[in-house]
Order: sequence, then C-alpha cells, then structure tokens
Amino acid sequence: MRRLARLIGLFWSTAVAGEMEYRVNFALAVLSSAGGLLGALFGLSLFFGDTDRFAGWSWLQALVVLGVFTLLDGLTSTLLVPNLGRIVRHVRMGTLDFVLLKPVDAQLWLSTRDFSPWGLPDVLLGLGLVIWAGVRLSVSPTQALLALVPTVASCVILYSLWFVLATMSIWFVKIHNVTEVLKALVAAGRYPMSAYPAAYRVFFTLVVPVAFLTTVPAETFIGRGQPAWIVGSVLLALLLFAASRAFFRFALRFYTSASS
Amino acid sequence: MSQRPTAAGDPVIVVDRLTKHYRVADKDPGVLGTLRHFVRRKHRVIEAVKSVSFDIAPGEIVGFLGPNGAGKTTTLKMLTGLVHPTAGSVRVAGHDPFRRAARFLEDITLVMGQKQQLIWDLPTLDSLRINAAVYRIPPAEVRPRIDRLAEMLSIGDVLAQPVRKLSLGQRMKAELLAALLHRPSIVFLDEPTLGLDVNAQTAVRAFLREYNAEVGATILLTSHYMADITALCERVLLVHDGALVYDGALADLVERFAPYREVEVELEHPVEREVLAAVAEIDTFEGRVVRWLVPRDALTQVVARALETLPVHDLRVSDPPIEQIIGRLFDGRFEGSAAPPTHPPAA
Repeated sequence: MRRLARLIGLFWSTAVAGEMEYRVNFALAVLSSAGGLLGALFGLSLFFGDTDRFAGWSWLQALVVLGVFTLLDGLTSTLLVPNLGRIVRHVRMGTLDFVLLKPVDAQLWLSTRDFSPWGLPDVLLGLGLVIWAGVRLSVSPTQALLALVPTVASCVILYSLWFVLATMSIWFVKIHNVTEVLKALVAAGRYPMSAYPAAYRVFFTLVVPVAFLTTVPAETFIGRGQPAWIVGSVLLALLLFAASRAFFRFALRFYTSASS
Repeated sequence: MSQRPTAAGDPVIVVDRLTKHYRVADKDPGVLGTLRHFVRRKHRVIEAVKSVSFDIAPGEIVGFLGPNGAGKTTTLKMLTGLVHPTAGSVRVAGHDPFRRAARFLEDITLVMGQKQQLIWDLPTLDSLRINAAVYRIPPAEVRPRIDRLAEMLSIGDVLAQPVRKLSLGQRMKAELLAALLHRPSIVFLDEPTLGLDVNAQTAVRAFLREYNAEVGATILLTSHYMADITALCERVLLVHDGALVYDGALADLVERFAPYREVEVELEHPVEREVLAAVAEIDTFEGRVVRWLVPRDALTQVVARALETLPVHDLRVSDPPIEQIIGRLFDGRFEGSAAPPTHPPAA
C-alpha cells in the first residue's frame, strides 16, 4: 500500500512538473471552469423561472446536484481523459509492453499514470458549490458524511465505465471519441433525474447508471436519500469495478503488441 | 551432432511446442473492397510461431536468428508474458509468463530497440526513480546501482539531461540502464543495437557480456547484426517461417551449412586466369588477389597446389562470413549442406 501511494505520488509529481511550465494554461483552465459553471447555473435557473421548486427540487437542492456533477466533471478532466489518451498511445505504439512488464497492477498503472491539474478548478468549484448550498440548507455533518458513501460509489461507477471503454482500445486502437461518450453521459447528470421525462429516467437509471452518478449522492446529502438507493449504488460500484478488472484481463488475451 | 552446449543447472527457460496464430482480416483495395470488408470479413490465420521447442540453461547467452517476420519477436513476447500463446507451453524461471506474477516480472526484463520506456521530456534519472519505486529497490541501494551501471555503460554524465536531448546511442544505453536497474536474472533483448553506430554497438555488446558475467544472467537476444551474435553467443536458435530450423553451437552452424573454406592468395605478380582456375574453382579474382571456395576435405590439397604452382606472396584461409551462410539459408535453399537442415532438439 505504502509503495503504491509513493508510486502514484511520483507519477503525479512528474506529470504536474511538466504541466506547471505553462502558467497561462492554468489561468485559462480556471476561466473555462468558471464559465462552464456559470452556463450551467443559467440553464438551471431557466427550469425554475418564477417558482422556487422544480420537479420536487428546490433551487438550493438542485445546486447540490450541479455541484456533484461539476466535481465529477473535474475528476474526469484530471484523471480519466489524460490517462485514456495515454492508453490509446500505448496500444498504438506498442509501449503497453512496458506497463505489462512491470511488477505493478497494470490496471492501476494505466488508470493513475497521468494527472492533469487543469481539472482541479472544476473539482474545487464543485465542492465549493455543494458546501455553500449545504450550509444554506443546514445539512448536518452526519448527513454530509453519509453522502460520502454514494459519492465515492459514484466515482467508482464512472471510473469503471470509463475503464471498460478504454480497454476496448486493445481491439479498436483509436478510441479517443470515447471521451465524448463519457462526457455526454456525465452531462446528463447535471440536473436532477426527476427533471427528465419518465422514459429517460428509466434509461438513465437502468441502462446507463447516470442517476447513481449525481442524483443519489445529492439526495443523500440533503437528507432525502433512501437506504435502498445508497446500498444499491455501493453494490453497483463493486459490481462494475469487478467487471472492469475481468474485462481488462480478458482483453489482454487479444493484445498483439504493435510490431517491433 | 550439434547438441546444444550443456550448462550447469536445470533449464531456466523451457519452451514446449509453442505456437501462436494471429487472425487477420484482409481487405481488397477500393470502395467495393471496403464495403465488402465492412459487411463480411474474410479472415485468414497467420501462423507466426509453429510448434517451437527449446530450453535454455541459467547463465547462457543465446542468439535468436531469423529474417523479418520469422517469429522471433512473437516468441520473445510469449516468453515475457505479453502475448498469449495459442498452443504449447512456456515456463520461465518456473512461472507461466502470461500470468504475470510479480515475482516473475521482477526476475526478467525486455529491452526493445524500437520502443522506449524512458519519459521523453524528463531526464533519465526521473524515469529511474519511478523504476526504483516499482521494483522496490531499497533507497540506499539505488544510487550505487545507477552509478555502477552508468560506469559500465559510460553514460554517467548524461543522466540528468532530458531524454529527448540524447543521441540514439546514449538513449539506448539509458534504456538498458532503466531495464536492468532491478538486476533481472533473465534478460530478453529484441534488436538492442538497432540503428546504432559501430562504436555504440561494440559498447552495448561489451556491456551485455559484463552484465552476464557479473550477475550470471541468462540472456536471449535477437539481432540483425551478425556481429552481435558472433561476439556474444555460443549458441544460436535459427527460426524461419515460424519454425525452429536449427538449435546448437554457432561453430557447428557454420560447419553444417557451409562445409567449405575461403582460400585467398595475394600473388607476387599477375598470373593468367587459366593457371589460377587449374588450382580450384575461382570465386573472385581482382588484380593480384584471388579467392577460391574450397570444400573442407580438399583444403590441404588445394593449398599445397597453390603454393607449388603460384608465386604466392600471402595466403589466408578463413570461414566464409556468417552473414553469407545465414543469408543463403534464408533464401529457402539449404544447399551446401550435407546434413538435413531441420534439427529441432528432442522434445
């Protein structure tokens, strides 16, 4: 465990060392995050119009959903997107060989090797929004702590879906567009599930688990969480994580290692 | 006849009827071909490695020879657990490589002349720091190990430079350093001297020999440069079209596939061609230098006749260059050989 923490520390410090050369880029990332959040706030305000309740959610409660979404979006830009690019490059150039040759879990390596600080403003803004709305809604500390469970589960769910898609690179090699699929998926979680028509709700819950990504953590946070949904999101996270590992191991049988 | 040299200890690499088939889809050129390819794929199976068997004892340095596409790299990839075999079995240091057990991976390394693991924009030392953590090398030991390997490779002064600034030779040496930092006892090398100049090639060879002596490591290497093989390997494995066609000593290979010698004579003064042809069949003749290709059993006779009938200034007898022998072998003609070409070891 200590070795893994040290290794990830080394990975990220080398990645950040490279990125920190570009200060303007950082300012732009902050601006783009703020702009994105403002746009989302405006979109959300349209739902509410004159009323202060929409589809059973108050304005502040809906802000919590938006905050969780922004947080996940930030994590996607920080870890998932850069590492996906790296996986595709590894498969295309055959340098996945070097990862597979290391006595370290290959999935862990591929998922954590890169780190882009540009998603961090989103993570901070998302957290800030959740905390700000939470204070105004006078969310109790125990509720906030309990909400960590489905939040962690939602991160694991998103990660597992992403890794399964990334693994497909072993067959299809160039799959950069998977990022778009993933972003669109998470974007659907920008608003509470009940904002969507019933058919979409079923789709986003049962077919692609978007409901578990943002709505369930937000509901738990504001004290409307139902135990069944919380347990369900943990089970789903465990199941998808196990599936992503099994799928990766299966895919490696088909890895031919770009010729040398 | 050409049994492989016996080395002490149980084999560290055991390969038994190893086979790899790739399934590829062919596409006809053009739009129609693309459509047909999309709707209904024609699949074809490529047999990259066909039932190859051999074993290697600890500490051996073995050369893996064959033309492009013979199956050398695929075999190396199966030995290192990167590629899953279609059939047959591999044991390396008692492990099934494809399971990629940590103990196994800590024991081996693979150096590829065409791929690099060093981080392009950062100094080699940064990549080495990551490898030291990956292989759990005690912190106190890292620096001495780097220094020792850097000394053997004589690249100590460039380790702090970004990798992209290094010359090809320096980069290959740095790759070797990174690949051997954990002191693996089994070293696989795929074209380690590719594209290097003669000096760098010699340095890499000398380094490998020294590493083999110091660590007692088993080394299996492929190379296009015959000089790599002749300088390092007593034993060679020859693959052609995915099959093992020879496994034995390098010296026996020459004897088996080229049972003739080159006799070269420098004359005191020019001589008529007919006189030279009377000695033996002429291979080349230029100015005052003439060369004959002579069957081994006729060698003494020919040399005696040359000394008797010609104004010999200098006389040399040598084996034909091994490149020639191998080249002839891979042309698909196993001629010039009295023995049958196929000589796989008994299973």
